[in-house]
Amino acid sequence: MSPVGTGVPRADGPAKVTGDALYVDDIRPTGCLYGATVRSPRAHGKILGLERDPNFDWNGITVVTAEDIPHQNVVFLMTEDQPALADGLVRHVEEPVALVAAETRDRALAAAKHIRVILEDLPALLDAEIAENHEIKIYGDDNVFKRITIDKGGQVENGIVIEGEYRVQHQEQLYIEPQGMISVPREDGGLTLLGSMQCPFYIVKALAPMLGHKRMNVVQATTGGGFGGKEEYPSMLAAHAALLTLKTGKPVKMIYRRDEDLRATTKRHPSVIKIRSVVGEDGTLLQWDASIIMDGGAYNTLTPVVLSRAILHLTGPYRCANQHLSGVAVATHTPPNGAFRGFGAPQAMFAVERHMDRIARHLDMDPVAIRQHNLVVDGDISVTGQVLTDTGAQVVLDQALEAAEAAVRTPHKHPGGGIGRYARGRGVALVFHGCGFTGNGEAAIKGKVGLELEGRCVRILTASTDIGQGVETTFPQIAAAELGISVDRVSNAPHDTANVPDSGPTVASRTCMVVGGVLQEAAKKLRSALQAETGLDTNDFDDLLMARTNTIPLRVQAEYVDSGKFIWDNDTYQGDAYPAYGWSCSIVDLDVDLDTGEVLYRRFVSATDVGKAINPVIVEGQIEGGSIQALGYATYEEVVLDDQGRMINDRLTNYIIPTTLDSPEMITRIVEIPYTGGPFGAKGIGEIPMDGPAPAVAQAIEQATGVVLDILPMTPERVLAGLEIST
Amino acid sequence: MIQFTVNGQPISVEARPMTRLIDVLREELRLTGTKEGCGEGECGACTVIIDGIPVNSCLIPIVQAQNTVITTVEGIAVDDNLDPIQKAFVDFGAAQCGICTPGFIVTAKALLDNNPKPTRREIREALAGNLCRCTGYQKIVDAVVQGMGSD
Repeated sequence: MSPVGTGVPRADGPAKVTGDALYVDDIRPTGCLYGATVRSPRAHGKILGLERDPNFDWNGITVVTAEDIPHQNVVFLMTEDQPALADGLVRHVEEPVALVAAETRDRALAAAKHIRVILEDLPALLDAEIAENHEIKIYGDDNVFKRITIDKGGQVENGIVIEGEYRVQHQEQLYIEPQGMISVPREDGGLTLLGSMQCPFYIVKALAPMLGHKRMNVVQATTGGGFGGKEEYPSMLAAHAALLTLKTGKPVKMIYRRDEDLRATTKRHPSVIKIRSVVGEDGTLLQWDASIIMDGGAYNTLTPVVLSRAILHLTGPYRCANQHLSGVAVATHTPPNGAFRGFGAPQAMFAVERHMDRIARHLDMDPVAIRQHNLVVDGDISVTGQVLTDTGAQVVLDQALEAAEAAVRTPHKHPGGGIGRYARGRGVALVFHGCGFTGNGEAAIKGKVGLELEGRCVRILTASTDIGQGVETTFPQIAAAELGISVDRVSNAPHDTANVPDSGPTVASRTCMVVGGVLQEAAKKLRSALQAETGLDTNDFDDLLMARTNTIPLRVQAEYVDSGKFIWDNDTYQGDAYPAYGWSCSIVDLDVDLDTGEVLYRRFVSATDVGKAINPVIVEGQIEGGSIQALGYATYEEVVLDDQGRMINDRLTNYIIPTTLDSPEMITRIVEIPYTGGPFGAKGIGEIPMDGPAPAVAQAIEQATGVVLDILPMTPERVLAGLEIST
Repeated sequence: MIQFTVNGQPISVEARPMTRLIDVLREELRLTGTKEGCGEGECGACTVIIDGIPVNSCLIPIVQAQNTVITTVEGIAVDDNLDPIQKAFVDFGAAQCGICTPGFIVTAKALLDNNPKPTRREIREALAGNLCRCTGYQKIVDAVVQGMGSD
């Protein structure tokens, strides 16, 4: 039986259930010092100096400031605007200003507390909605990181105009393992950086301008969750640990405390979305104009790309001849926002799906019927001019409704069932998600994968890291299936940049679909190499191995090859925005406690097109985990900022994520519409579960209570306020 | 000198009385399977069993460990044979990134030791002090059900 399509137990499972797996904080190099960070107490200010408390014992404490940086003071990502340590000016609260190292963690934390950053306050700009062209300048001359407009068709004269505004908030990734990194000096004067991360090669690129060289290797430790939060931010920790190692000559470990991690690291971009639609009396979408303002925070990070994905999802999975999309991502004096599972799409999809509900409400239509009426089918043209094929909107909607036994619904405007203080509701949301990088991103990156023959076994050399999503298992499944051998003969080599090629970053739901495809090509190359070496014509891997006359390790490498099938113009935003799309329908059943406004989840059903489930157990785990993270986005997770933009609920006691008791039982249906460009038909699956649940919850609350919420999170306070208005 | 038993081994350590148990386990005894996710008793990643009860080791001053019997995740498997709960976590995909997994395994072990046939609701209640961000809990509950065995 092929290893693909079966729930092979995870390769990393046994080490994780016994406590043997080593995460960064479990590793302690000999002579290791501990690092800590001195941060800005204010949102915007001129740095006048650092003051060390004369009553503190500074014996054995090393302090690093911007002056100690050997070359450029920059942590490079898309641009060079973000310094490793603030020099002269702080642009957001909690911005790193200085670093300390000490022999124990407690001493390092204490030393950091006893350094005061003396600032001259400058006026801070915290409101994204007024940031563009504001007199307070943060980025460029207009505070705009990126602006995008896409137009298709024209203006419609006749029809019913329906307008709405939708607001979504910060969300913290909340990986359970806080950020952590270890820097170790190498004998050649270079550095080894070992830590919790998604993208080892990002760190090489980020640190090279600061160090003035690339004599470094980056190694991923077992990583306790990422969700995008460990895409770019680990470069900052790596820069800091490296600076401390340069000054002390010793290994340095930096592990963030949870409160520091919450206050200082990237979050999902808050956004305001406005939609103006023109519809026919039967609910047909005639025109769809949507705009978004996205808060990037103080530095560029990945914000332009997040805006790009948000815009490209602002149509929803719906057909409309006239679409006009625009968006702007602006700078504010708040901690930079960055990558988080979904990457702009959850913001867009909440607005789109709430707007579909608004249209249904206005026309007195069933919310499912309005979606059914407008969903895209094969041959429809997207806003960028892409001809859609292998669309799955209809099938996931049908499958989810069938799974939820929900062919017939009660009209949404009547409060639902339930008894006494509980009102019961059901919500249905339909979403799509572009898989992999936008446009021609893959052709630019040319991800590489190596394969190494070692005796009867095969080792995969890839920079695609396992952050819980299962790469250590699914990659061996893909290679084993292609080679026709058992999966236990294939494993991933450690993700060390000294030893693996650059496969591109572990992001954008691209690992299985894109890098997995390169891996499949590498497996074919390995077989061809063996055929050439042995002169045999067989595809039987063991026959080829038997015929080998030497035991020299054989190594092959494959690289992403652009098929030429997808054309994309990054200037006009025209063409094939994504090589493939995933489709998903979320159905949530919930009760609203009419006394407290609390939402109690009863059941969550989803049907999701994944192309091909390489490992159905892992795929279900991705969908279920992402869905609960999205239910947290819907009703629990709120980042509260003070007048300096500092997160004040910086603990797990007051930043609430779902527990076992908050989370409903789930029915997860996998739909497989194969993508011919993916390995065995696989599509990206990591992010799409984040898109649908929040709007489904909003619709369910509306059905249960009549309360219309177009804002996240839908906290008990907001539900109660809505109930008071409606009674 | 504070004396207690960890995973069947008698231990005596010298430590300041308010030193956290998690630090003694991880830094002194090098039992790094016990994880720190929040340091304030919310996430449950540092759960260990003390005298039959699952507790957050980040909240326990070492002085309270005097004369207790402690089991960490390293003490769940017997002679390299995975406990049925551990095996079920592997088979059911209940561990993804794995950082919360030791806490869940230890809590589930304490639950089944005290209540061998819990309902799904009782399992969810017992695990409510352990946070997982990867799985959505469905496969964790499934794994604990499997870990009970069928007899």
